[in-house]
Amino acid sequence: MKKKKVDFTKILTIVPISFWMLFFVAVPLLYIVFISFMQRGNDGGIVYTPTISNYTRMGSALYVKVFWDSIVIAFVTTVFALGFGYPFAYFASKIKKFKIVIMLLLMAPFWTNSLIRTYGWIVILSTSGVLNHALIITGIIKEPLKMLYTYGAVMIGMIYTMFPFMVLPLYNSIDKMDRAFIEAAKDLGASRLKTFRTVTIPLTMPGIVAGCILVFIPSVGLFFIPDLMGGSNVMLIGNLIRNQFLEARDWPFGAALSIVMIFLSLILILVYVKIIGKNSDMGVF
Amino acid sequence: MLKKKFKVLSVVLAVSIAAFSLAGCGKSSSENKSTEKVVNLFTWANYVPDNVIKDFEKKTGIKVNYSNFATNEEMLAKLQAVKGGEYDVIICADYMVQIMGKQKQVLIQPIDKSAIPNYKNIDKAYLGQYFDKTNKYSVPYSLGSEMIVYNPDKVKKDIKGINDLWDTSLKGSEVLLDDPRSVIGMALTKLGYSINETDPAKLAQAKEELTKLRPNVKVFDADTPHTSLINGDTSIGVMWGSQASAAIKGNPKLKIVYPQDGMQFEEDNLIVPVKAPHEKNAETLINFLLDGKESSKVTTSIEYINVNTAAKKYMPQELLNNKAVYVPQEELKKGKHLEDAGSASKEFDSIWSEFKQQ
Amino acid sequence: MESKVLRRLERAYVILIFAFLYVPIAIIVIYSFNATKSNVVFSGITLDWYTALFNDDDVITALINSLTIAAISTAISAVIGTVGAIGLERQKFKGKGAIDLLIYIPIVIPEIIMGISLLVFFSALQMDFGILTLILAHTTFCIPFVLINVKSRLAGFDMSVEEAAMDLGASKFTVFRTITIPLIFPAIISGAMLAFALSLDDVIINFFVSGPESTTLPIKIFSMLRFGLSPEINALCTIMLLATFVVLILSQVTKLKKKKIE
Repeated sequence: MKKKKVDFTKILTIVPISFWMLFFVAVPLLYIVFISFMQRGNDGGIVYTPTISNYTRMGSALYVKVFWDSIVIAFVTTVFALGFGYPFAYFASKIKKFKIVIMLLLMAPFWTNSLIRTYGWIVILSTSGVLNHALIITGIIKEPLKMLYTYGAVMIGMIYTMFPFMVLPLYNSIDKMDRAFIEAAKDLGASRLKTFRTVTIPLTMPGIVAGCILVFIPSVGLFFIPDLMGGSNVMLIGNLIRNQFLEARDWPFGAALSIVMIFLSLILILVYVKIIGKNSDMGVF
Repeated sequence: MLKKKFKVLSVVLAVSIAAFSLAGCGKSSSENKSTEKVVNLFTWANYVPDNVIKDFEKKTGIKVNYSNFATNEEMLAKLQAVKGGEYDVIICADYMVQIMGKQKQVLIQPIDKSAIPNYKNIDKAYLGQYFDKTNKYSVPYSLGSEMIVYNPDKVKKDIKGINDLWDTSLKGSEVLLDDPRSVIGMALTKLGYSINETDPAKLAQAKEELTKLRPNVKVFDADTPHTSLINGDTSIGVMWGSQASAAIKGNPKLKIVYPQDGMQFEEDNLIVPVKAPHEKNAETLINFLLDGKESSKVTTSIEYINVNTAAKKYMPQELLNNKAVYVPQEELKKGKHLEDAGSASKEFDSIWSEFKQQ
Repeated sequence: MESKVLRRLERAYVILIFAFLYVPIAIIVIYSFNATKSNVVFSGITLDWYTALFNDDDVITALINSLTIAAISTAISAVIGTVGAIGLERQKFKGKGAIDLLIYIPIVIPEIIMGISLLVFFSALQMDFGILTLILAHTTFCIPFVLINVKSRLAGFDMSVEEAAMDLGASKFTVFRTITIPLIFPAIISGAMLAFALSLDDVIINFFVSGPESTTLPIKIFSMLRFGLSPEINALCTIMLLATFVVLILSQVTKLKKKKIE
C-alpha cells in the first residue's frame, strides 16, 4: 500500500467534519462559556466583569431539582421508547419485502409539524375529547376521565415524539445482524430467551446505544411537550434556560445553565457508552 | 445507479464549497435598498391580517415581507444582533419600547408625524403613556387586557376579582397565563401593591401568597388558554381579550368578568428601527394602518381593543358588543401597566421557578 | 420454524404501533375539514381551508423555503456525516477525542443557546441573514444524526469484504463506492430522514438566523399561536402527508415495474 494514498483518504474523511464542528460548534460554544462568567447588567445587558456566581447559584435545591426532574423525564422516555421500539424494530425487520416503505411510513408522521401533532393528542385526550367520547358512548365509563395535563399525558407526548429517533437506529442494527448467528445458537440448543440475551442483544448493541443517546439527550432539553400536554406544571431545565433569555433577560445565568447541562449530558453519554458498550466492539471512545 | 449517487455527492460538495465562498460577499446588496418597493414588517403572525396587507400592496404597489416573532424578547435579541437594521416596521409591547429606550445603543428612531397624517385618528386616551410620553418613537396599534373567564355551570361562586381566584373551592380548576409578570402581578395586586413592585420584602410576601394559590392551578398556558376552558379541563382562567373572545365562541355559556381591582393592560405599538432600510415605505405602511377602515379590518380579525376613533363607524355591531373586545374607557383608567422589572428581574425569576416547582 | 400464531402476533404488534403513530395524524386530517376555526370543537365539513391555503402566498413561500432548506441541509449533512463517520470510526488522529465529543454538542445544546450563539457569530462575520445562514445552521444540527447512525452501523463492520476487494486490485475509492456505501446505505438514509424531520420542524434556531425575506413554516406556525392555529395549517399538513404517500406509492410502482422488466 502506497503511503501517499493512505494520507489522502485520511484527509478527505477527517477534514470536512472537523472543520465544520470547529467552526460552527466549537466557536459559538466558546462564546457561551465566555458569557457564563460574566454578569447581568441592571437592564438586562451583559456586564463584562468576571464572576463565578452564575455557577454557584446552581447549587441551591431549587435548581438541582429542576435538573433532576428533567433527567427523570428523559430517562423514563428513553426506557419506554426502547421497550416499545425494540420489538417494533425487530418484528418490522423480519418483513423482508417493503423495507423502504416501512421506513417512510414510520417517518411520514414526523414530517408534519410537531406542534400540530401535539394538538392532535390534546384533541384526543381532553375531557371533551375523542377518547372520552368513545368511552362514554360505549358505556365503559360514565364520567369523562381527566387524562390531559397529567404526568401520563406528558409521557405519551414525549414517547410519541421521540419514537423514530429510537426505532431507526435500532432498525439499522437489527437489520444488519446476520441471522446465521441466531440459527447457530438454536442449533446448539439455546432457548429463545437465552439466544436473545446472549446473541441478539450484544449484536444489536450499537443500535441500542445510538437510539438511547438520540432519545435521551434531546429529551432532557425538550420542554414544549411537558408544557403543552402537562399544562406547564413542571419547571424543567429547558424552560428555565428559556426564561433566562426571554423573561429575566439574564443571559450569563442562562449560558451557565446551558454549559452545566451540556457537561452533564456528555458525562452521561460517556458513562452509558462505557458500561453498555463494553460488551460490543463499538470502539467509539 | 451508483454512478448517479457519486454524481449527486460531488454536486452537493461543489454547492457547499460555493456556499462558503458566498459567505464572504454578504454585504453587497445594501446600497440599492432604499429605492426598493419593499417594506419589512416584523411582528406576531396574523397580527396584521392578510386582507389588510393585500389592500396595502394593491394601493401602494409596495411588497410586504412579513416576518414573525413569538415573544418580544426574541425580537429584541434579533434587533440587537442586526444593530437596528433589516426591519422597517416593528409592532411590539409597550414595556419593550421602554426597554429599547434604555439601551446604550439606540435601536429605534423618531417617527416623523408630518409623514403620517392619519396619526390624528388615534384616540387621545391612548397617547402619552409612561414609556414614551410624547409619542416620539411609537404610535399605538392595539390594546390588550387580561380578564377572567369562567364556566358558571361549574363555578358556583360569584366571581368579582383577582382575589376570588384564591378561593379553595377552585382547587385544580384554574388556567393561568404562563407568564411570571401576570401571575406574580396577581399576588401583588391582592396585597395592594403595584405590579411593578421591586422591594424584595414585598416580593417575598407575594411569594407566600402564591403558595396558597398553587393548588388551584391546573394549567399554565400563555398561547391558547381558552382551549382547556372550552374542553372542560379547567373551569376558570385569566387570559387576554382575544383569547377570551375565542373562549366564548367555543362555549357561549362562558362568562367574562373584568377584575374589580383593575386589569393589566398591554399596549402594542408601531416603531421604526434606527437603521430601517426603507424608511419612506415604513411611514407609508404606518399611515395606512392608521386609516379608519383598515383599522376596523384589523380589529375584526385580531379581536383586540381598537384605539382608532375613525375606525368606530366601520366596526360591526357584534364587535362593539363583545365584552372581550370592546372594553369601556373606565377600565383603562383603573388599569395597570406592566413596566420593565429592571434589577428585580432575577427576583421575579426565582419566585416563578419556585412557584412552578410546588 | 416459527409458529404461525407468533408470526401473526408480531405483525399485529407492528400494526398496532403504526396505528398509535397515526392516530393524532388522523385527527389533524379530520380537522382540516372543520367548518369553524377551532382546534377543539368540530362543527361541519368544508374545503374552505384548502382554498385559503392555496391563496395564502405567505404560507406557500414559507413552505417552499422550509422544504428547500431541509433538502439542502440534509444532503450536505449526509455527505459530511457519512464521510466523517468513516473517518472517526476508522482513523486515528490527534484531537480525535475532541471532535468525537464535539459531534454530540449540537444535540445536547439547548436550541435557544445554539440559536443565539449562531446569531452573534454570523453577525460578527457580517453575513446577511437569509437562506444561506439557515442552511448553515441546519446542516450543523443535522450532521450528528447522520453521523451517529452511520457510525453505529460501521461498528462491528466486517472489513474482510473490503480487504478482499482491495487484494483483488480495487482502488480505495472503488471499494468505498461499490462496497462500503451500499452496505451502510440504510443508515445514511435513516439518518437523513431524521435530519429532514428535524430541519422541517425547527423553530428556535430558525428564528435567530433567518432574515426578513426568508420566513420558514415552523416559525409562522409557532407565532400564530397567539391568535389560535388556523385549520389552514391542518390542510397543509394533510397535503404534505399526501405528497409523502404519493412518493411512497410511486417508488413501489417503479420497483415493481423494474422487477417485471428483469
